[in-house]
Amino acid sequence: MHGFANPARFLRIARWLMPLCMAAGIAVAAGALGWGLFEAPAEKLQGETVRIVYLHVPAAWLGMAGWMGIAAASFSELVWRHPLAGIAARACAVPGALFTAVCLITGSLWGRPAWGTWWVWDGRLTSMLVLLFLYFGWMALSQASAASDGGQNKAPAIFGLVGAVNIPIIHYSVTWWNSLHQPPSITMGTSAMSADFLMPLLAAMLGFTLIFAGVVLARMRAILADQQAEARLRRKALSEAVFQ
Amino acid sequence: MAIKAKHQRLVLLVIALVVLMGAGLLAAWALRNQASYFYVPSEIVASPPAPDRAVRLGGMVEKGSIKTAPDGVTIAFVVQDGKARVPVTFKGIVPSLFVEGSGVVAEGKMQADGTFVADNLLAKHDENYVPREMQNMTADQAKQVVADTQ
Repeated sequence: MHGFANPARFLRIARWLMPLCMAAGIAVAAGALGWGLFEAPAEKLQGETVRIVYLHVPAAWLGMAGWMGIAAASFSELVWRHPLAGIAARACAVPGALFTAVCLITGSLWGRPAWGTWWVWDGRLTSMLVLLFLYFGWMALSQASAASDGGQNKAPAIFGLVGAVNIPIIHYSVTWWNSLHQPPSITMGTSAMSADFLMPLLAAMLGFTLIFAGVVLARMRAILADQQAEARLRRKALSEAVFQ
Repeated sequence: MAIKAKHQRLVLLVIALVVLMGAGLLAAWALRNQASYFYVPSEIVASPPAPDRAVRLGGMVEKGSIKTAPDGVTIAFVVQDGKARVPVTFKGIVPSLFVEGSGVVAEGKMQADGTFVADNLLAKHDENYVPREMQNMTADQAKQVVADTQ
């Protein structure tokens, strides 16, 4: 990780890794969605509505993975002052929030036919909504702190680590508490899901994860370019002021 | 030997994280009963809620227990959790996943006579995903075999 402390080296790798992740991710995700929507069977009880799982579960995973990315970057920021940590955290926030919102929307659309309701305040749904609000709060704090403390990122880093407490709560909400949402179908090494559903689902998760990685890399490049442009303008303004 | 600043930060942050996670888990533990979405039948039977209090009852619909009243829209069934059984009545349209042997969450009130009158039913599905074709396979195949032999 510390090899990338030099942004120039990071940029050299990101330049080819970003389009690679994007292209592979779009191809895999499109194939997986085609597989899931047209080839995979209908479910015994739920019928055709089960197909929303191929979007809902990858979105839920990436919504949580986005915050885990923010938390890991925050840790690296606070302990090692890694120069790219704050940028990586900012790059994770928008796609993470987007996937969390997709998870909530697809879940609501699925809940109506499956459970008979758009929304209930059970442990899983509530903790996932809290995650979306945590993202909004984190983004606001990160912007405010970039404007005020000169890119120190300390406050958002602490928020990122504290907010990570919600991730195990989301995961265990269906085990700890009675909830309308069912317990996980895929756990370590076993699956309560027939392979007919599991295979396209795993492919969709891989595809969307690659897209997520591509978006994070692209956003990191954009933030770095922004910072360089700003630094150049500042130098220029400074030298003009000096020579006047 | 002087302790490097980054090592000090590492140790402090790890301690802070352990404390934070501990606090989070304790809070979740304290919420164990309050944050549950519904009561299971054994809880309802052990301490019945007041008749005017709206509660949610969740459990499995007992096999062979769904009975439709002559008016066609009122149903009666039994919710059980393996330890206790609660009879439920409901008038209205049931969700499509509401079947015998599957999970249900009923919103309503407990009556003095021990029946639960629900004004809303939610179907709870489990973690198992089984293809429709495979479920029908045995019946279809059986039909095919019967047709072939005739």
